[in-house]
Amino acid sequence: MNNSDTAEPLLNIRNLAIEFDTADGRVKAVQDVSISVNRGECLGLVGESGSGKSQTMHAVMGLLDDNGSVSGSIQLAGQEILGLPPGEMNTIRGKRIGMIFQDPLTSLTPHMKIGRQMMEVLSLHEKLGRAEALKRVEEALELVRIPDARTRMNQFPHELSGGMRQRVMIAMSILCNPEVLIADEPTTALDVTIQAQILDIIKDLQADIAMAVVLVSHDMGVIAGICNRVAVMKSGRIVEQASTDDIFYAPQMDYTRALLDSMPRIDADDVVEPISQYREKVLEVTDMTVKFPVQSRQGLRSRNKLLPAVQGVNFELFKGETLGIVGESGCGKSTLARAVLRLIGRSDGSVLWLGKDLTKLDKQSLSSERKDLQIVFQDPLASLNPRMTIGQSISEPLWTHRPELSAAAVKDQVRAMMDRVGLSPQWINRYPHEFSGGQNQRVGIARAMILKPGLVIADEAVSALDVTIQAQIVQLLRELQLEYGMSMLFISHDLSVVRQLAHRIMVLYLGRVVELGSSEQVCASPEHPYTKALISAVPRPDPAFERAKQRLILEGDVPSPLDSRSSLRFLQSKMINDPDAEQYVPQLLPCGHGHYTAEHDPVFGPADSNNPIAGVS
Amino acid sequence: MSTVLEAVDEKVAEAETQGRSLWQDARRRLFANRAASVAFWVLLFIVALAILGPMISSHNFDDIHYDAMYESPGFQSGYLFGTDPLGRDLFTRTMMGARISLLLGVLATLVSLLIGISWGATAGYLGGRVDNLMMRFVDIMYSLPFMFLVIILMVLFGRNIFLIFVALGAVEWLTMARIVRGQTMALKHREFVEAAVATGVPALTIIRRHVVPNLLGPVVVYVTLTIPQVILVESFLSFLGLGVQEPLTSWGVLIKEGADEMETASWLLIFPALFLGMTLFCFNFIGDGLRDALDPRDR
Repeated sequence: MNNSDTAEPLLNIRNLAIEFDTADGRVKAVQDVSISVNRGECLGLVGESGSGKSQTMHAVMGLLDDNGSVSGSIQLAGQEILGLPPGEMNTIRGKRIGMIFQDPLTSLTPHMKIGRQMMEVLSLHEKLGRAEALKRVEEALELVRIPDARTRMNQFPHELSGGMRQRVMIAMSILCNPEVLIADEPTTALDVTIQAQILDIIKDLQADIAMAVVLVSHDMGVIAGICNRVAVMKSGRIVEQASTDDIFYAPQMDYTRALLDSMPRIDADDVVEPISQYREKVLEVTDMTVKFPVQSRQGLRSRNKLLPAVQGVNFELFKGETLGIVGESGCGKSTLARAVLRLIGRSDGSVLWLGKDLTKLDKQSLSSERKDLQIVFQDPLASLNPRMTIGQSISEPLWTHRPELSAAAVKDQVRAMMDRVGLSPQWINRYPHEFSGGQNQRVGIARAMILKPGLVIADEAVSALDVTIQAQIVQLLRELQLEYGMSMLFISHDLSVVRQLAHRIMVLYLGRVVELGSSEQVCASPEHPYTKALISAVPRPDPAFERAKQRLILEGDVPSPLDSRSSLRFLQSKMINDPDAEQYVPQLLPCGHGHYTAEHDPVFGPADSNNPIAGVS
Repeated sequence: MSTVLEAVDEKVAEAETQGRSLWQDARRRLFANRAASVAFWVLLFIVALAILGPMISSHNFDDIHYDAMYESPGFQSGYLFGTDPLGRDLFTRTMMGARISLLLGVLATLVSLLIGISWGATAGYLGGRVDNLMMRFVDIMYSLPFMFLVIILMVLFGRNIFLIFVALGAVEWLTMARIVRGQTMALKHREFVEAAVATGVPALTIIRRHVVPNLLGPVVVYVTLTIPQVILVESFLSFLGLGVQEPLTSWGVLIKEGADEMETASWLLIFPALFLGMTLFCFNFIGDGLRDALDPRDR
């Protein structure tokens, strides 16, 4: 590269190396990383957790932890910024380089109104007067499409939803018109429909202001839509760096190819065939309703309201079948799972397990029934007792339900099960913190499988894992199901993961079923507008498709379930405009071949998927 | 159950890779902390002195020597720390006081630990009305004026070391129960406890197997801070004349006597105060080190 002014990239990182001093010795987190971004360009930095992608960007911002040391060179428009004293670095941070973090709640100060927080940035960097600053803040908030910016400015961060907070973060980072914007996993903590909104905003901003954007993500689908160039990182090194199309359509390195192959794709053609309906019915859930009491404040008086988490859900499950339950956060999918397992006290409706009603059993018989009903949790580390060895954790179901077994017999079974789920039986005395997330999830699966249960509920069991690990765990679950013939409820917010495993899929929206059908029916020919929006929002690792795609974006946030109108978002013709009124309950209507969809207004549901959905405010 | 477990452990340990538990990690971090490890060895030395001191000393702690009143400290006289107004050897008496003070501190803390953990863990885990009743009882106990309670007990039953022990234990477990309850309520909603419930493990076993081992971290830290507190309260009671009875002694009694003779025989104050101060220092340093070592955020 020659060094003439025109060809010089805006942000130029050369031979960056980062090391950390830890209790276990020096760890090389990043080695010999060289990347550059030009004005108006969007660079995607992809890699799995621990690949050093975030640390690289933290080094650019001068935000490394105290035990880290950096070498190499980081130049911003020709000026070396690595090793600048904190005072000078502060004039660059926020003003010339903006950053968006993964978790928008922890990166906003909880005790300050968002307007004041944003004005602080301006008064620090630009020394603007109050009125002028106020105007700039309002403009920035409008730029990220926050409706009613004036009133929002007077709210505290906890009063905003996750998607709104992330917009505020973006508005804050572009306040001073930075030359470079670094987005570190900006949508990882958000739902897919909100993710689609945020990605659109970043894309538009980049076009409008001609910033250089670095998008750090583990998700190839997110990268595909908005980046011009992609750098793939693995174990602290850049593996491959090329234009987006080259990376996706002609990857040179095995690792890049493996990463792309393990991405679950909603448009893949390996559809799981629905299971024969003549099989034995094992689980029948009828009219399941769960309501949580919450306090709502009205002036000085507070009164108890019932928050409906799950409302009148019916479904059945056959032997050896997997039912996928899909929905965004707050739709009640986890609550439903816990209600089926009788892990939450108050619920209405009945759960028939092999003909026995679990809701009517006493404590004793329920406990003995539990050996047939197991659950795998989302966070593999949190679901294991940190003070117990993994061998003890896997043994616990045996201790509880097979007390007659000798210690040696328990150990033999545990070793066999560890071997089966891909863990070396030698690790029986190790502790959870010594393993990776994927290995710990195998422990969780081994614990759930050791009693050979009839029903396993996987509650977001692969959501916290890297894509390559995710693919392995999905494969493992599929094999175990074939081997043991158990039925499974597979819960996830990610439709593309669910369709890899599920025979049938049930879509939940605000505690109600909006669509139920075979994997193929739901993913390829969805009926309900919400399902359509959900499918459209799932990013695909296919740049050409992403660029051409007209998203069906649901405007705004998921409405509060406390407002009774929200359940009729897709059936407004029958809505009574009063938040406390008793509303019409949309019925689940059959549309052929075991495919059901909830009643909805025809305006939302033309077959043409290019027709964008109008929002409901 | 736990014996089965230990048996499994022992057998497997010989043949297989041994894991590194969180406790082992914490111990390594604790001894990497210089202040804490020095404090640990100093404390061990004081404990050894308290046990062995009165045995190897050539004087009994209550031997009165009329020929050696107000003897100043020195090697020649054979009284290492000097003698008190009655000619009793201060070294032996200080070590005797150490025995009483440390014993009282450790025993009262152990009792408070036992009651506090079972009370707090039960209340926190069961929740609801049981929790409400149990914790209101704690609140009522809290609101009793402690000094008043001790004085009434003394008046009713006379001065007795056992009474001090009861009074201290009755007060110290309250804070422990509150800490344990708070920790339990946080642990109760962790996924590994939910996993155990989903497996069908009975409530008492969950408390014993999943809750208590995981709240030992903050409890151990609190214990190292309670022991010096108990020692201090005992000293205070003794200073007021409500503590242990002559000729038996404790650091508090010795310091009170020393304070009376401060101007004529300063060593009577200096030596007991030095030992008390050092012990309190050590416990606090260890507690501080433990808190850092057990903090999971460090991982």
